[in-house]
Amino acid sequence: MQALYAQLLVGLINGSFYALLSLGLAVIFGMLNIINFAHGALYMMGAFVAYFLLNLGGINYWFALLLAPIIVGIFGMILERTMLKFLTGLDHLYGLLLTFGIALIVQGVFQNYFGSSGLPYAIPDQLRGGMNLGFMFLPIYRGWVVVFSLVVCLATWYLIEKTQLGAYLRAATENPTLVRAFGINVPRMITLTYGLGVGLAALAGVLSAPINQVRPLMGADLIIVVFAVVVIGGMGSIMGSIITGFALGVIEGLTKYFYPEASNTVVFVLMVLVLLVKPTGLTGRAA
Amino acid sequence: MPDTAIAEAPAKAATGGNILQVRNLEAWYGESHILHGINFDVNAGEVVTLLGRNGAGKTTTLKSIMGIIGKRAGSVKFNNQEIIRATSDKIARMGIAFCPEERGIFASLDVRENLMLPPVVREGGLPLDQIFDLFPNLKERLNSQGTKLSGGEQQMLAIARILRTGASFLMLDEPTEGLAPVIIQQIGHTIARLKKEGFTILLVEQNFRFASTVADRYYVVEHGKIIDGFSNSELAANMDKLHTYLGV
Ligand SMILES: Nc1ncnc2c1ncn2[C@@H]1O[C@H](COP(=O)(O)OP(=O)(O)O)[C@@H](O)[C@H]1O
Ligand SMILES: [Mg+2]
Repeated sequence: MQALYAQLLVGLINGSFYALLSLGLAVIFGMLNIINFAHGALYMMGAFVAYFLLNLGGINYWFALLLAPIIVGIFGMILERTMLKFLTGLDHLYGLLLTFGIALIVQGVFQNYFGSSGLPYAIPDQLRGGMNLGFMFLPIYRGWVVVFSLVVCLATWYLIEKTQLGAYLRAATENPTLVRAFGINVPRMITLTYGLGVGLAALAGVLSAPINQVRPLMGADLIIVVFAVVVIGGMGSIMGSIITGFALGVIEGLTKYFYPEASNTVVFVLMVLVLLVKPTGLTGRAA
Repeated sequence: MPDTAIAEAPAKAATGGNILQVRNLEAWYGESHILHGINFDVNAGEVVTLLGRNGAGKTTTLKSIMGIIGKRAGSVKFNNQEIIRATSDKIARMGIAFCPEERGIFASLDVRENLMLPPVVREGGLPLDQIFDLFPNLKERLNSQGTKLSGGEQQMLAIARILRTGASFLMLDEPTEGLAPVIIQQIGHTIARLKKEGFTILLVEQNFRFASTVADRYYVVEHGKIIDGFSNSELAANMDKLHTYLGV
């Protein structure tokens, strides 16, 4: 039983990263109509920025949690202003190729300077150690990642579904021309939305640094699974991407316990099954 | 340019100073040249109606004023400020509000969110209770999805949401299109009431019977030009011409 709970926890942790990343992808896709293949590289940058902040600036984890998403978010907004915005109205394929190219360049640069091995990032003092829950031992940092990710996901959901700013976003997703004709600076909103989606990826990167180390290809490995998650959940829905993210993490964890041989493929098998039954994904609208 | 000469000598406006001055307005959709030099004026407090057959360029004229047609040329002055090169968000913030032909109700927003969507651009917008007074149906359906409303209710919502913003110049594109007679009547009352409240309205209508109940002046659009203009008192005298213009 201990092993089952341990795998469940691993599943929830992975699910947290899947949810944060696929949420960002959904937000970006909704507003920019771009499938952001640079997402994994930006996640990796989040972890590296946290690493630099600590080792070059002496800035600790807690500040990195705030600063890294802002710094990487600004980098993302520069990408949007200088490149992505010119893709408006073009086929998805162009956005896919451009963001994939950006991902390769960013990862290449980091690999050039840091090789492929991982750099250590210590768990902050306040979150060291663990708790004995009776039925299992819970490393505090891992519990923190799950809870904090869930809170961030729900806050993002609330922002988009329940606030006036979110109403602008949803309306501009449907009819940007009309929203702009009401007096809203839609181009600026698009830039900020990309920054938000990228910031969520960077936040996931910071959260993951103490667990998975900091590696140039950490995002490249993860993003493939995240895209399968997105395909399963469908691109259209904010809550859908959160739930699918956590659910698939858990399913993966359970598979590791019950049938370890399939644990690396279960998400992709599910993706194929969902595509066969409902090509737009479980909660999705047509792209 | 004989067309211009006709258009620039419209019936004298009954009301205040010039709000909108459109001169030699041209517009393109991609390569196709749609407006070929539109000229007309709207004065403060007036209801001015653009008439014309389907495809004449009425909607394109409103969209060009609003700044949502990619390529346009000529001059559009709003309160004496040139806006031909301004972006649509800037134009909206100067106090022009647009109610599109297709209504533009957002499916992912409920009625309340649709109503509250356009930001307030200046003081003097209608307070919500007055808006619900004009459109009582909306008050009961605030939590419905925007596109679940009937066609008439959607049209009311599309008008209602631009009354809040403080814009004093409204452009309504065929607000009666496809609606039942009693709803058309209600929209007519609304426009009359808005005029009384001091709004200036540029209306596009195919239904000139409806238009004649609210308009002060008319312009006739054909092939992207204004080919005629007259006041409501001259309507009877122009009826035969109008029938020819509109092919009715
Ligand atoms: N999005 C568009 N792309 C290309 N041509 C268009 C577009 N919208 C309208 N047109 C053309 O522009 C002309 C004027 O259209 P419009 O202004 O909508 O006419 P009206 O509102 O008077 O019925 C028509 O010939 C129409 O086919
Ligand atoms: Mg039209």
